[in-house]
Amino acid sequence: MLTTIAQLIPGAAYIAATFLFMYGLKRMSSPVSAPAGIRLAGVGMLVAVLASFFDVFGVSPAAKPHLMVNIAIAVAALVIGGGAAWWKGRKVKMTAMPQMVALYNGMGGGAAGAIAAVELFDSQSQGISRLIVTLAGAIIGAVSLSGSVIAWAKLDEIMKKPWRFKGQNIVNIFAALVTLAVGAYLVLAMQGVLVPLISTQALIYLFFGCALVFGIMMTLPIGGADMPVVISIYNACTGLAVGLEGFVLQNPALMIAGMVVGAAGTLLTVLMAKSMNRSIGNVLFSDFGTVVEGKQGDMKGTLRPVAASDAGIFMRYAASVIVIPGYGLAEAQAQQKLYEFVKLLLAAKVKVRFAIHPVAGRMPGQMDVLLAEAGVPYDLIFQLEDINDDFATTDVAFIIGANDVVNPAARTDKASPIYGMPILNADKAKHIYIIKRGQGVGYAGIQNQLFYDPNCEMVYGDAQAVLIKMIESVRGLGAAVAA
Amino acid sequence: MHFEFGITAFVALYIFMLAGFGGWVIIGNVPAILHTPLMSGSNFVHGIVVVGAIFAMLNAVTPTQQAIGFFAVLLGAGNAAGGYAVTDRMLAMFKTSQVVAPKTPEKKS
Repeated sequence: MLTTIAQLIPGAAYIAATFLFMYGLKRMSSPVSAPAGIRLAGVGMLVAVLASFFDVFGVSPAAKPHLMVNIAIAVAALVIGGGAAWWKGRKVKMTAMPQMVALYNGMGGGAAGAIAAVELFDSQSQGISRLIVTLAGAIIGAVSLSGSVIAWAKLDEIMKKPWRFKGQNIVNIFAALVTLAVGAYLVLAMQGVLVPLISTQALIYLFFGCALVFGIMMTLPIGGADMPVVISIYNACTGLAVGLEGFVLQNPALMIAGMVVGAAGTLLTVLMAKSMNRSIGNVLFSDFGTVVEGKQGDMKGTLRPVAASDAGIFMRYAASVIVIPGYGLAEAQAQQKLYEFVKLLLAAKVKVRFAIHPVAGRMPGQMDVLLAEAGVPYDLIFQLEDINDDFATTDVAFIIGANDVVNPAARTDKASPIYGMPILNADKAKHIYIIKRGQGVGYAGIQNQLFYDPNCEMVYGDAQAVLIKMIESVRGLGAAVAA
Repeated sequence: MHFEFGITAFVALYIFMLAGFGGWVIIGNVPAILHTPLMSGSNFVHGIVVVGAIFAMLNAVTPTQQAIGFFAVLLGAGNAAGGYAVTDRMLAMFKTSQVVAPKTPEKKS
């Protein structure tokens, strides 16, 4: 009787947790209800973790003698892993968010792989379908782990350059095939169909080694600009791996939560790739940015530098301004100053809006988060498709640290690597100001004809310093009028 | 997990299919402005893997299984706790100008 109750409690708890996850994600569809959404999902997680300890009443007889040690290890791992990640997650900078998500995602993939390993080391014989699902989850989880770690290293700029060599795709396909072959061999060996040349244990290690190496090989050649898509793919992969291991453990909560994330992550990946005008296959298997060097036409016209104070005052007397923030803004930590400047403009009855390109920042939506952090209300923030037609009737397009997302070459120049990517129509505005650190090229490594446009003026300098000068000049104007 | 029923392969496929549709529909409605918190939020949700890791850990028999189980719980807990921490931080920042700046230009649809 006692054991029955002890089994019903986790069962009910998992149902509650699954419901809270789905409902929480659903509530995330609006910024108003989103904070409550994540808290609901958090309660679900807490309930599920607490309930999972009721499994002590149902452990296999073989594990009974080790139960106390196992509980101690589980609690220790929970406290260490959860505590360290919580602490890091609380203090990490908002600009470093993409690599943090990559890292946490890799941890999930690793956990799914490790569960598979524990199951494989189980001495009891397993059914063939269960074995295959275990191995499938193991491969996906392991690839997600090592791939995410590489993605993290790239975004954190520990690893600077993509590592490529000739015939890399063939080597990668070979690595994938070897992993699958070792997996198949392992299935046959564990089913007793054949006697393996090396011990089953060694085979399991070899199998995981191959999968991890494949994940690394897969991610190494992909450039930093494509990392958001890659993280999103691995996010979906981890979800899938968790779902598969959920089936192995016969836990519906893992199956549903994993598969929901698998589907959601896939959709998100598709949306992201679409906004960059790249197919997912293209991201994974082609060399972005290497083939195009030297192919572009020379830039026509000259660059016109302008003083920050002049640009600031011009915008103060404009009727409408659209601000286009890019990663350079975040890098200069200038979001606060930007909003301060925008508040001055708003106070002077200038119509100011923010236009966000889908891939502004290094992850879709990251720029929205950075602006929100600075206190910018979200009803001033517009997405590309909602604001793009308004540029033609706008006085000033004010571009800060963005480059590729306003490059008209995406519309006209077929040789350009970003050809076909939707861009913000900043060039249609009557006047364009661009804050830029120097005369370098953008993240994708290409020149921008927009900078040479006759309506365009460049404000050189660190975004924060420039914005401070603009704020001072507009404030000074007010003081002069008052005096 | 040791309930009176078992999830057969076909039942599993039904669960996967429905959950997949669910995820697709739920995420399909999320505005682009929330994409980063959403990616982070879905990342948090697959932190449920920690529950499976605890189960595997509790059933560990050999020292090898215990060692791997330890890492499974460690990584899973990191996924869940870290994912929650960053998502919550991001979402707490979203504000509307109704309170912050009353003098905003009217919104264009």
